[in-house]
Amino acid sequence: MSRQTSRLDSKKVNSELLTLTYGALVTQIIRDFENIDDVNKQLERIGYNMGIRLIEDFLSRTASTRCLDMRETADKIQQAFRMYLNVQPTISNWAASADEFSLIFDTNPLTEFVELPADMSTLRFSGVLCGCIRGALEMVQLEVHCWFAQDQLKGDGTTEIRVKFIRRLEDAIPAGED
Amino acid sequence: MVIHGVYIVSKSGGLIFNHDHSIPRIETEKVFNYPIDLKLDYDPKKVSVAFGQKDGITVGHVLNSINGMPVNGSTLEDGRNVKEVFENANEFPLTLKFARPKMTTNEKIFLASMFYPLFAIASQLSPEPKSSGIEILEADTFKLQCFQTLTGVKFMVVAETTQAGVDVLLRRIYELYADYVLKNPFYSLEMPIRCELFDTNLQALLEQMEKGGVTTI
Repeated sequence: MSRQTSRLDSKKVNSELLTLTYGALVTQIIRDFENIDDVNKQLERIGYNMGIRLIEDFLSRTASTRCLDMRETADKIQQAFRMYLNVQPTISNWAASADEFSLIFDTNPLTEFVELPADMSTLRFSGVLCGCIRGALEMVQLEVHCWFAQDQLKGDGTTEIRVKFIRRLEDAIPAGED
Repeated sequence: MVIHGVYIVSKSGGLIFNHDHSIPRIETEKVFNYPIDLKLDYDPKKVSVAFGQKDGITVGHVLNSINGMPVNGSTLEDGRNVKEVFENANEFPLTLKFARPKMTTNEKIFLASMFYPLFAIASQLSPEPKSSGIEILEADTFKLQCFQTLTGVKFMVVAETTQAGVDVLLRRIYELYADYVLKNPFYSLEMPIRCELFDTNLQALLEQMEKGGVTTI
């Protein structure tokens, strides 16, 4: 997905291609590991590795500045979902301490044609999303915890990702910014 | 409009990429008679001019070759010592070629890691809290402009002092880095960048900038 010569129109691909490719990846991992807990771990790890690279792309495209509170971070994550998956999650369910929020998805492009078999009820199919958020935020010195609170694949009305701020990685902040 | 070079320093301060764009090559060749009217400095690693500059040979230039034979450090290719050759009047006249010393890769790595603490010190010296580090460093022959990303990677461009729009160029290099380096699955983070696509696209960007100025990039 590298940029084209005119930067306004970044290369577009059909979301079905992504959906199917991701489906193939998940199936392969399930075949390789069999144990669903391991599969969940692998998906999260893949997401994390994507996140630590994808953040640079996000920053170079948007010229964002450093977030100084969680609400700003939530807006940026929302913007990133719009950029990369063309979905606009709603931000809600703020914790009173303003360090925890939910991203609510009406649709999730990753699960477009997916039905979960009964014996895989513990599979976190879109686990890469959580890993990706965690990896990307870690690169900008924010440690967060990220998990699925609701999942349409499991019969919930919407898909909900919870993001919880844990701490700022103070010693990792680059010089000239601390 | 000249850009001399591009450097990328990783978050931990190591040089992960450097590209020399247009470094003017200065070489002077001249016939000398005995005794040589230059004061030379015989370092085991190089023979350089210490005093007495003339005809384009300036202090600091190093000896490249004698009568067309390359000089390695302080010895000639055939094993003779440069100093002994110069002390022997029978060898003259000699054609000597002097050139500006070229930076070795090791020296570049050394200088890049030197800039890292300078950048950090600058932000601490600041009279105002929350200052950035060095963004522009200007000298009479060049300027160095530095752009640090939120993730801590530093992009540096060495250019002519009159070069405009280096900040835009730095942002474009960052985009190329995000595209061609980080999306390459065979590149591991913090390691030296060896991605051919990145090289070619960077080269194209720099040429475009030199031809058409900032507005075209």
